[in-house]
Amino acid sequence: MDYRTPLSRAKGLGSAKSGTGHWWMQRITAAALVPLTFWLIKFLGLSMTAPYQQTLDWLVSPVNTICIIAWIIAAFYHAALGLQVVIEDYIAAEGPKIISIWAVNLAFLFLAITALLAVFRVVSIG
Amino acid sequence: MAINTNRPTSPHLQVYRLPLTGIISITHRMTGVMLSAGLVLFVYVVSALAGGGESYDTMQTVMNQWLFKLVVWGFIYALFFHLCHGIRHLIWDTGSSFELETLNRYAMIELAASLVLTLMTFVWGHYGL
Repeated sequence: MDYRTPLSRAKGLGSAKSGTGHWWMQRITAAALVPLTFWLIKFLGLSMTAPYQQTLDWLVSPVNTICIIAWIIAAFYHAALGLQVVIEDYIAAEGPKIISIWAVNLAFLFLAITALLAVFRVVSIG
Repeated sequence: MAINTNRPTSPHLQVYRLPLTGIISITHRMTGVMLSAGLVLFVYVVSALAGGGESYDTMQTVMNQWLFKLVVWGFIYALFFHLCHGIRHLIWDTGSSFELETLNRYAMIELAASLVLTLMTFVWGHYGL
């Protein structure tokens, strides 16, 4: 017996209440991260070895600023989405599950804002 | 809502030896979790850069200790592995390459590619030796 109204069926929301949104965003961010990984590797490489001014100059160049910002948004979002699936798979109890998911979401939102703020500060120095 | 905790689990991990595809699958998840944790290090590095030359130099001293170097290289290898298997997932999403032979061949390609990419990064020279 299906208790769902025709409208909810038409919207395709399902038991997760958000339809395929989560799955789809996981794929979109994944596809975006494939090319953007290059900028992370480059940035990490510079940060580990290059002098301050060189890393600074690299990051304030517009293409690099844009790509690192795009990487931050995609990567932190992708991480939160992925960890949510892991939590849903391994934590059976409803309460702890919901609390863990929200804790992860808030933690990664906070981390992403911190990283973005740092990039903006770098741009304002450079 | 009552949850039945006595349901059969499959595959039963204590009596079932995972095939290569299964090992790669769980490794994808484990690297995903580790990379998520590693993002904290990225926040540290970029914040140190924003803090000016002095905090940047301190960060470099910290990150170039052998333990942190190991973590960074572990992060880079995990990243490339996750990337390679992630592309595989995107291919699967199109509904293709589920044949057993293809699965095993691609598994080997992924492992080789992630190693080669890590090596290329190393040779690229930004990291010193």
